[in-house]
Amino acid sequence: MEPFAWTLHEARERLDRGEISARELTDALLERVARVEPGIRAYNTVTEDHARARAAEADARIADKQAGPLTGIGIALKDNMATEGLETTCSSRILKGYKPPYDGTVPARLNAAGAVTLGKTNLDEFAMGSSTENSAFGPTRNPWDTTRAPGGSSGGSAAAVAADMCLAALGSDTGGSIRQPAALCGVVGLKPTYGRVSRYGLVAFASSLDQIGPFTKDVEDAALMLAAVSGHDPLDSTSSSRPVPDYLADLKAGARGLTVGVPKEYFVEGADPEVLAAVRAGIDVLAREGAKVVEVSLPHTAYAVACYYLVATAEASSNLSRYDGVRYGYRDADAQGLLEMYMASREAGFGTEVKRRIMLGTYALSAGYYDAYYRKAQQVRTLIRRDFLEAFEAVDVLVTPTSPTTAFRLGERTADPLKMYLSDIFTISVNLAGLPAVSLPCGRDGEGCPIGLQLIGRAFDEATMLRAAWAFEAATDHHKAKPEL
Amino acid sequence: MTSGTTQGATNGTTIKRDEVLKIAHLARLKLTEAEVDALSRDLNAILAYVGTLSELDTEGVPTLDHAAEAGDTWREDAPRRPLPRERALENAPRTGDGCFAVPKIIE
Repeated sequence: MEPFAWTLHEARERLDRGEISARELTDALLERVARVEPGIRAYNTVTEDHARARAAEADARIADKQAGPLTGIGIALKDNMATEGLETTCSSRILKGYKPPYDGTVPARLNAAGAVTLGKTNLDEFAMGSSTENSAFGPTRNPWDTTRAPGGSSGGSAAAVAADMCLAALGSDTGGSIRQPAALCGVVGLKPTYGRVSRYGLVAFASSLDQIGPFTKDVEDAALMLAAVSGHDPLDSTSSSRPVPDYLADLKAGARGLTVGVPKEYFVEGADPEVLAAVRAGIDVLAREGAKVVEVSLPHTAYAVACYYLVATAEASSNLSRYDGVRYGYRDADAQGLLEMYMASREAGFGTEVKRRIMLGTYALSAGYYDAYYRKAQQVRTLIRRDFLEAFEAVDVLVTPTSPTTAFRLGERTADPLKMYLSDIFTISVNLAGLPAVSLPCGRDGEGCPIGLQLIGRAFDEATMLRAAWAFEAATDHHKAKPEL
Repeated sequence: MTSGTTQGATNGTTIKRDEVLKIAHLARLKLTEAEVDALSRDLNAILAYVGTLSELDTEGVPTLDHAAEAGDTWREDAPRRPLPRERALENAPRTGDGCFAVPKIIE
């Protein structure tokens, strides 16, 4: 197998044994990018010189026996994470050319661990979307079928991992933006518990929902990446000071002894029958591996998308008020007067979906509608969270489909915003409740497109969720399938 | 607020063109004519959908602002080195006298 196709933990073993240098591994990955990237467009920026310099540093660390789990490992970062001196655009015209004067906490931790950043990946503008088609720089294509979308908003990170253009990648998940593209691209995608990973330097979309997490080729890699980025950060007041457990300790303990809950509201009409069948087969795998499977109910599931599109847009309308053409980003230099400058700069700088969400959020927060929309949504958020807390009294993890469909064709859903929003119907509740969840490959449909199975864990219990995920993966071969490129 | 008034407000509301313009002004967005039309249509469809929340009785249900654990955020109030001024200004579209420059505010 070519080095670019290795998992992170395979590459780690080979680097430590001296079978390959970080320089050679990085070159192999950059060559892979040069060959397949033109047909996929996963990256906004490939940071080739930066990567080669970092690889040389990693080789020195490995030679000194100072290597950590990620030293010399080629990774990609979603282009909404601040990276010092490396362009950070959020795939928006308004941030084109912006080079942050600081590293966000996650990029800083990855740097300190010796990871080699290969580039910044494409996304729906400001992470608002489910297909990566809302990028101002053009869509990313799904490596399994380049006429289809990779999902979103972290579609570039998902596609980069699926196409072996990095060993692992980081994305962000506000309503499913890691898990849904992971499902559609056939890779592992993990959203940690809210507060497990620092958001400092993650460009804010909806601050009460946003969370950074990894895309990887298998579950063990997800555990390694999660360990590298987790933990308290004094620069993020919402980051938890709970100690980070050893995610590898019980990873391979198996499914025996675990109780898996199947929420009946997630197996209803409307989802693709092939998706439901593959996920049901996945539940049978967990049962065969020794897990106890029980049906549970999350009665407020049907209200999650509506709740989310009020909470998330309200927060976004506030967060995006900072793009005013004053301190950074695009300015309409011809505008006369300050107010005109704000309005003209934002008009030209933001794309259609971003404006739509700013408008909806501003409306939901405006005088006369605040109680009916925003406050109501926050009350419903409580009900959705309570559903999960009750379910977790009886089960260790929940299992659901990740996405109601497999990858859809580029352009198929762009005309109908509501239809696009419903792409996230199975992932959104988890963000509202602040829980961890992971999407795993669990099969492919009749056209060869990957299907994702979602495991949802208790707050701050990623370890048990990963244990169930590893047990499923170890009993199946779905994660080993690769697209032909 | 009772759940009754909530239901009335969300079920009955449609957003009109002049209201779209008002919201756009609050959001500091200078929309084109075509955008105003498209947004009026989209927002009405989305508001009809999110209005389904009014089916739920939320009387007495507390709001949930975020899922973070509270009481978790203290740190030493120790001085840290700030971002140097020139670095803070690096990405500014226009600067002057070591400051962010904007169009004239006072006529």
